[in-house]
Amino acid sequence: MTITLIFLAIIMATVIFWLLRQTFNVEPWVSDELADEVSGASLDLKPQAIALTTFMAVATSLFALFASAYSLRMEMPDWRPLNEPLVLWTNSAFLVLASIAYQWSRNHVANTDIGSKRVLVGLIIAGIFSVLFLFGQLFAWQQLNDQGMYASSNPAVAFFYVFTAMHGLHLLGGLYVWARSITKIYEKQDIRLVRTSVELCTIYWHFMLLVWMLLFGLMIAT
Amino acid sequence: MSYVSLYDRDHEMDHHDPDTFLTKYVWSQDHKVIAIQYGGIAILVGVVALVLSILMRLQLGFPNALAIINPESYYQFVTMHGMIMVVYLLTALFLGGFGNYLIPLMCGARDMVFPFLNMLSVWVYLLSVIILIASFFVPGGATGAGWTLYPPQSLSAGTPGTDLGIILMLVSLGVFIVAATMGGLNYVTTVLQYRCKGMTLMRLPLSVWGIFTATILALLAFPALLVSAIMMILDHSIGTSFFMPAMISAGEQLSYNDGSPILFQHLFWFFGHPEVYIVALPAFGLVSDVLATHARKNIFGYRMMVWAILAIGGLSFIVWAHHMYVSGMNPYFGFFFATTTLIIAVPTALKVYNWVLTLWQGNLHLRVPMLFAIAFIFTFIHGGLTGLFLGNVTIDLPLSDTYFVVAHFHMVMGVSPVLVVFASIYHWFPLMSGKMYNETLGKWHFWLTFLGAYAVYLPMHYLGFQGVPRRYFSLGNTDFLPESAHALNASITVSAIILALAQILFFVNIFMSLRNGKKAKPNCWGATSLEWLTPDTPPKHGNWGHDLPEVHRWAYDYSVPGQEQDFTPQTVPASEVPVGRDHGVDHN
Repeated sequence: MTITLIFLAIIMATVIFWLLRQTFNVEPWVSDELADEVSGASLDLKPQAIALTTFMAVATSLFALFASAYSLRMEMPDWRPLNEPLVLWTNSAFLVLASIAYQWSRNHVANTDIGSKRVLVGLIIAGIFSVLFLFGQLFAWQQLNDQGMYASSNPAVAFFYVFTAMHGLHLLGGLYVWARSITKIYEKQDIRLVRTSVELCTIYWHFMLLVWMLLFGLMIAT
Repeated sequence: MSYVSLYDRDHEMDHHDPDTFLTKYVWSQDHKVIAIQYGGIAILVGVVALVLSILMRLQLGFPNALAIINPESYYQFVTMHGMIMVVYLLTALFLGGFGNYLIPLMCGARDMVFPFLNMLSVWVYLLSVIILIASFFVPGGATGAGWTLYPPQSLSAGTPGTDLGIILMLVSLGVFIVAATMGGLNYVTTVLQYRCKGMTLMRLPLSVWGIFTATILALLAFPALLVSAIMMILDHSIGTSFFMPAMISAGEQLSYNDGSPILFQHLFWFFGHPEVYIVALPAFGLVSDVLATHARKNIFGYRMMVWAILAIGGLSFIVWAHHMYVSGMNPYFGFFFATTTLIIAVPTALKVYNWVLTLWQGNLHLRVPMLFAIAFIFTFIHGGLTGLFLGNVTIDLPLSDTYFVVAHFHMVMGVSPVLVVFASIYHWFPLMSGKMYNETLGKWHFWLTFLGAYAVYLPMHYLGFQGVPRRYFSLGNTDFLPESAHALNASITVSAIILALAQILFFVNIFMSLRNGKKAKPNCWGATSLEWLTPDTPPKHGNWGHDLPEVHRWAYDYSVPGQEQDFTPQTVPASEVPVGRDHGVDHN
């Protein structure tokens, strides 16, 4: 459980420290004209950005718990390390490329107007690489299956299926928002909406890449 | 009262204006309707759990008197009662019900930030409840593994509901977590982003602080339950061995290898202990506001109350293994978890002192919500103190799995939060419905509930000392138990039946008051917080009419010296009435 504890300690410490900072030296029982001007909008953050940050904290907790379960289960005598399929390296490259394409798109959406084809091209490339990553993961499943490595064969194999499935589902959720971003561009919606969508998706894709790197790293290191 | 227009937020008014019956009451995106839907579903399923508890009590008090209760059904009742009460009633009611109703109103917002997601949350919650209840009717019935669902027992032959029951339970929990996450994202974002002008975090009522912190706990702790549910479903359906050890069942070697049941316990309690505070923190917040309002006094030590909520939230993640002392652990771990458990009692005790000091020399109005709130202090102290016993490894070992534990957690996280639920419903009922409840019926309901709860749970401590084990269908003729233990069990059962029947008074009161109750005056308790300051009672869609409120002070300016009125609403500027301690202070 150490991994989870470290992750959660960091998250909780950040949240509690931030909240405490709002409360130190504040005496709400006396008048304060400066406080009269404060509102939720003073945070200068988009609601979607807060929601995404919160969601990523939830997902971090989820994956950290899976990783903790993995490390605890490893200690049992029936554990046999898994030879990870080589295709996972190619898949990882796909995800890196998807992340780069998203970043490229994001840089352009911040600087140019909605008509820019570069944003759309970047998004489509990011989408294609993400889908390739998912198919690549399925291919890895197929390879393991062909070798007779079923989820019931060994806990390391079972964890591989669970990790990849959970990560894949999170990426699929991201692809749903990705599709909505594309729709927004086609419908020529307000540039601010598209910008928010692309900026937040970029953060999410980097996060998904980081999660995958950590899970993959954990699996090949053990 | 002064208001400010925030025209750039006018879109909040019209982007989901309901116009048909369906969009207004069924597929509503209004946080108040969603709150009542959440509350209604939670209370309905809570009544099911209450009936289950009475069936269990009948068996314990009068063994084998009812033919429909056999060992299998008894364990199913135990399991479903526990899970429903903890997750589907209390968590849903505090976060989905009170959170939804109060957060936007107390923050001075028109609605939640993501109303559609909010609506989705309640329907997904309903789906989880339907899946859970469906498990009663599938072949093999509901799971009887106990609410902790410990493997290998929960998946092994001999336990009721190992076919479909356990799967439906786990799926239902997964669906519930999705609903809670959707709601949670909304609550966090709304508190941070949609506070009106002047509403700093430290001017928020403690109710919002409690619900907000509990939401953060829920968002971070529920994944542990999801992880264990997913892995247990896989153990059950495709033969993985995450939790299931190698074992022989009915003379036959099962296909499982060296799965770790202890791993499940870690994951379960990593969720399970914060869950206690997911229920307790909103209760702490709500009861603080009820006490301050009806004592006509500012809450004692507001800032400490906020810090205590945050400290409890943080600490609640590092105490989980105190539920596992008897599972076997390194004594140093036991020492660590016993220490953290005792440390968490410090901020908790601080809150209790502050509630009592809020009452000290207050102008107490012993109306029904106040009675329930004061009763909460009694039961919470009682349940909290027995928690100190159980938090120590050496005392926990002999008391573990006895009725002492049952009495402890029912007092601290059953009776106490439920008393706050009643306090809050009576307190905010005039705002929610625009009608007053019947005070006499309310008082009858209070006394029967308060005394009934003590009649049920106080004797259980003694049964625990005697060594009566929990979760036993029948005690039989056990030598170490005197006849009086059986008599006590019968007495508890009779009390429990009276206590359950007393709840009918509550429902009668609510329904009668909704139909024929006196019209509630706006801000009938003379409260200071924003939810009472809406232009209409009950608040209409969009809450504030055209203009959002503007806040100039904290939520606890009660009985400021020199003022005719014993409360000053948050919207009154300091130039009109001095803020709390500014009274008599010459800033020049």
